[in-house]
Order: sequence, then C-alpha cells, then structure tokens
Amino acid sequence: MTNGDRVRVVVTGLGATTPVGGDAGATWSGLLAGCSGVRALTAPWAADLPVRIAAPAAIEPAKVLERVEARRLDRTCQLALVAAREAWADAGHGASGASGAAAERVGVALASGMGGVTTLLNNYDTLREKGPRQVSPSALPMLIPNGPAAVVGLEIGARAGVHAPVSACASGAEAIACGIEMIRSGRADVVLAGGTEAAIHPLTLAGFAAMWALSRRNSEPERASRPCDRERDGFVLGEGAGVIVLESARLAAGRGARVYCEAAGHGISSDSYHLTQPDPGGHGAIRAMRQALADADLRPGQVRHINPHATSTPQGDVAEATAIQEALGAAAPAAAVSCTKSMTGHLMGAAGAVEAVATVLAVHHRMAPAAINLEAQDEKVPLDLVHGQPRRLPDGPFAALSNSFGFGGHNVTLAFRVTG
Amino acid sequence: MAASREEIRAGLAEIVYEITGVDAKDVQLDRSFTADLDIDSLSVAEVVIAAEDRFGVQISDDYIKNLKTVGDAVEFIQRAGAVA
Repeated sequence: MTNGDRVRVVVTGLGATTPVGGDAGATWSGLLAGCSGVRALTAPWAADLPVRIAAPAAIEPAKVLERVEARRLDRTCQLALVAAREAWADAGHGASGASGAAAERVGVALASGMGGVTTLLNNYDTLREKGPRQVSPSALPMLIPNGPAAVVGLEIGARAGVHAPVSACASGAEAIACGIEMIRSGRADVVLAGGTEAAIHPLTLAGFAAMWALSRRNSEPERASRPCDRERDGFVLGEGAGVIVLESARLAAGRGARVYCEAAGHGISSDSYHLTQPDPGGHGAIRAMRQALADADLRPGQVRHINPHATSTPQGDVAEATAIQEALGAAAPAAAVSCTKSMTGHLMGAAGAVEAVATVLAVHHRMAPAAINLEAQDEKVPLDLVHGQPRRLPDGPFAALSNSFGFGGHNVTLAFRVTG
Repeated sequence: MAASREEIRAGLAEIVYEITGVDAKDVQLDRSFTADLDIDSLSVAEVVIAAEDRFGVQISDDYIKNLKTVGDAVEFIQRAGAVA
C-alpha cells in the first residue's frame, strides 16, 4: 500500500488539563499570553528538598470530578479523565459512545510515563506506619500504568483495544502514534489518544534532582523553565494530561465533524546510546523526524512550525537543535519553533500529548505560541525560536512537527497538517 | 462505653457514603452490600478497612469472605467489642 492509498486520520477533539489551564481552551490562551505554570512548593514536605519548584495542574482534578469517582482514582487517572471527557465532548461524541461508530471500532491509547507513583508511595507509607491491613484494596488498580487508559476506555465504552505504551517522556506522543496506527490498520475508526502524568512527590523530585536534571532556580519559579536560553539549568517537573480524538477522515466527514487538522504521520526510533543521556549527534531524533516526514508524505520545506521536546536541560536542547537542522536541512530556518515547556514545565509522560494539543491548535489557528524566559538564546541552538509575541503561521497548506524524547533513548515525532 | 447496634449502623452508613456515595439512609441492617446497595467487592473491602479503624476491631478474613448484609457487619463489630 502506498501512503496515498492509506486511511487518512484527522483530529476532531481536544482536551487538556495543564499547569497553565484547566482545559484545552484555557491552556491555549495561557500559552498565547505567556503564562508560567511554575510555582514554589511551599508545603512542609518540600522544605528540605534541593528543588522546591514544580508546575502543578492549574485546576485540581478532584474538584472537577464527582467526589466518590475521584477518591478511587490515582491523580494520573483523574487528570486523564478530565481531559478525555473534554476531548470526547469536543469531538461531538456522546456519553453513550461514539457518534457513528460501534464500540468495537473505538479504541484508547493513553499513556503515563510513571503510572500511579503517588498512590504507590502513599500506600507504602501506610504499610510501614499502620501495617498491611490498612493498605487500600484500590492501591493496585490505582497504580498500574495502564490505569488511565483503562478508566478512560470504560468511560467511552472502547472495545477495539486499550493501550498504554510506556516510553518515559515520549509516552504521550507514542500513544498518539499508536492511535494513528490503530485507525490506519483498520482496527478502529475512532481512538482517544494522549498522555497523563502526576508525579510531583518528594521522591521523584529528589530522584531527578540527584540526576541534576531539574532546575534549581528556587527563588524564581516562573523563570526556571527556559528552554534554549543560555542560563537554563534543567527542567521543571510538571503534571497534567492531554488528549486528542483521532478519527478516520471518512467517519469524520460522514458525520460532519469539525476537523482541526490531519494527523498526517509519525516517526519512532530508539537511540541505543545511553539510558539517560541524549545522543549528542541526535541520530535517533533525526531518524524519527525523517520517518515522520516520509510517513506523512512531507518535504522539509512544508514544515513551518515545530513544538520541540526542548525541556530546558543544557545537553538535550542542543542535541535536538542539531537534529532538527540535520533532518530539515536548508528548510530548518523556515520553521517557527515554539518552546511551550517554558510555560508548562515538563509534563513527562503527558508532555508529548499536551504539546500535540498545542501543535494541533497552532496549525488550526495558524498561530505559534511564543516562549517565555528566552532572554539570551544559546548560540548552539540556531533555530527560529518564537519569543516575545506569538507568531502568525502561513496561509495555505503547511505542516507542523512535535518532538518527544524519553529516558531510555525513545524518540517520537508527530506530524500534523492543515486540512482543506 | 460499648457502642449500640444503631451507633454502629450509623457509623457504617457514614463510611459507606464516604467510600461509595450510597445514601446513608439506605444502609439498613437487612440490606446486602452487593445485591441491594450495588457496592462492588473492592469497595466492601475498603469499607471493612475503614470500619476496623473506626471501631477499633479486627474483622477476620474468613468473616469478611462471608459478609453479606449490613446487619452481619453490625453484629460482628458489636460482638468484637466496638466502643462508641
């Protein structure tokens, strides 16, 4: 089958709950306004940590959900459910199932990088302090990494398959790639895809701090996440969820659905270089981007917007910039690059999904958000980084890429394209 | 002072509401947790844990497996020496 004969996949619904907004609309407005979601951690448990900043969800998910519903869900599941409900309704699908598709044709691909890590740790505290009889019978179903996918699958009545690919900070993007493939391969007509993460806990902060991966700009939380700036010193741990509804173009057209853009392709590669360090040559990232372009039938010159992985670590941002230049060649300067992690922090397993939501909206509205905290661009990142004000993207057809990379050497690139 | 049957029932009803959202006034002695109140086995297990904590008793594993009605639970908790 050539790419031209393939089932086309479009995006019909969006949902997000992030450090800058409690839904996709508020998140998008926050990104365009340059709002930082990074906060000082003032709780007593944070007092002795070397890193006392993070990017918590702007809206408490437990306050959006029913009380009883919330208490049986880990926070990753809560965030996923909030974003999934928004996306599903946004796509025009109903509480009783998908519009125009049987349950057997509806799937879920929703990932988390860490799973229910706070449930695990809190129940371990209970085990130590109160003994085994007080460990919650809900602990295990709450902490399994496929929990969010399963909970959302139950919510929408998905019976074509429920998946939760785990690839650290590339998980959310990999889930979306998985969703695209479910539709292309004929297994499903509609897939709710995305990622969720809720791992702001002293253990994760201490662990990432021990790796020197996190910014220690404790006195200036809003200035801490600064991808590609010379003064960057690590990422800021964030939490949230992003979900998109993927649909076969035929079903979307048949039911008259609003289409944001085409989910045109994806590329996935692995570094086999180091467990946590990026390959300085960015070879795996280059392959992921090239595969995404080939998969989407795109030439480099058609890529006019990129939402990079760019987490604000000294090494990672440079390796990615090198990879983008190599993958796009002479066309690299034509892509407006929006480092949205400067506002959201790094949502780990949710990052690729929230950034996919941002990329879809950038394509749909033809507007690239501007990074904040880009005061002195690192000369080793010679890309066209949007800062100051959001930038208008071209009229007419164009495409955008969203990159996500994860510990373990996972690289995922998603390609979205203007439709119509 | 030892807790009365009604005190224990009311306490259980509060726990059931907290965990499952089932209206406390529906939690009566003759009601089955699963068949009448539609509470799944995981939630029953949570109710037991919370009841042990609240009434200062330990409910044996064998008894939990055979637990059916609210009245069963009240009787066991009372015999186990629950204090109000």
